[in-house]
Amino acid sequence: MPAFLEYLGHSTRISFTKLGRASYFLVQILAGIFSLLARPRLLLKQLYSVGVLSFLIITISGLFVGMVLSLQGYYTLSDFGAEESLGVMVAASLVRELGPVVSGLLFAGRAGSALTAEIGLMKATEQLSGMEMMAIDPIRRIITPRFVAGLISMPLLAALFSAVGIIGGQMVGCGLLGVDEGAFWSQMQSGIDFKDDIINGVIKSLVFGFVSSWIALFEGYDAIPTSEGVSRATTRTVVNSAFSILGLDFILTALMFGEH
Amino acid sequence: MQHTSTQDTLVGLFVASGIIGLFFLAMQVSNLSSFVSEDSYTITARFGNSGGLKIKSPVSAAGVKIGRVTAISFDQKSFESVVKMNINSKYNALPDDTTASIFTAGLLGEQYVNLDAGGSETPLKNNGKIEITQSAIILEKALGQFLFKSAEEKK
Repeated sequence: MPAFLEYLGHSTRISFTKLGRASYFLVQILAGIFSLLARPRLLLKQLYSVGVLSFLIITISGLFVGMVLSLQGYYTLSDFGAEESLGVMVAASLVRELGPVVSGLLFAGRAGSALTAEIGLMKATEQLSGMEMMAIDPIRRIITPRFVAGLISMPLLAALFSAVGIIGGQMVGCGLLGVDEGAFWSQMQSGIDFKDDIINGVIKSLVFGFVSSWIALFEGYDAIPTSEGVSRATTRTVVNSAFSILGLDFILTALMFGEH
Repeated sequence: MQHTSTQDTLVGLFVASGIIGLFFLAMQVSNLSSFVSEDSYTITARFGNSGGLKIKSPVSAAGVKIGRVTAISFDQKSFESVVKMNINSKYNALPDDTTASIFTAGLLGEQYVNLDAGGSETPLKNNGKIEITQSAIILEKALGQFLFKSAEEKK
């Protein structure tokens, strides 16, 4: 029993220490943003590896998610003779929830894990300490551009996911299942509010981009510099990002859509 | 150099497609496009009961949407519901004896204001009032009356 308590106390203390390090790390990242403005080319390169390379997985997943939503929604809605509401159902679930959340999870899996592995390997091969030797701040040079790139990419990717998903839903709903196209779009337009639904979706995706980039970069920066340490850090990135995204999604949804 | 310029192009394409996605969501999916302020004029109508009518509910004449409900308030003096509507300025020839009634689109659909033109020569003006109105049909009330009637007949 004392050994168990000791273990409990130790691991609690370790996780608090880690949280403290992560917060300090975040402050350092944010402090580097202004100097990044002077060197936009660094950001551009990271936008390529974080955003452009995630483009394909996001659009293809979005298309299929939209198609499946449309198919599933149709069978339930047709029981009530409400097939015309298919458009608003597909659009609301994509714009409010699935767009930000699924693209956040895919982003963590595709871009976050790559970031952790990259930074972890830089640490393991002592590139980061080499930079410090040359009086280059690795946080400003390496970490901040990647963080800002993640922050910019996520809302764009989530918007793409929702847009492609809605087009996929329209293709299946109107093309395959024979829902009237006019009703599909007009019900959608009267049911989706720009401020309540779309802006809130964008805010969600910004938050998810912030959190998952932070986790990915911190895990890489904090990884034990061995091949095993990097592999563990990569796993932790995906797991922790998924937890944080889903947990934050609940909180944000409760805050945003609570009063209706 | 060649490599960086293709990379720049791809980043540009990515950002542009993301913005197009957002734009698509704003204009095509949400109701933002219908907010573009077209010229309109306001009319009011008083209903004994406005039922499930909401702000932004459609106003239609002969089945064509010509405006939206902008405000619903309760008049403390006459105990009526005062419904303000914005009508598109294109449709400025509605006569001043137009009838307003609240209907439901489909069995479970949303409620809307239907305007039936009368025979008067003078058109409704901005801030005009519709005098003849017909309240929303409250399903419970109608059912209650029906049940009450059939019970009476059995006696």
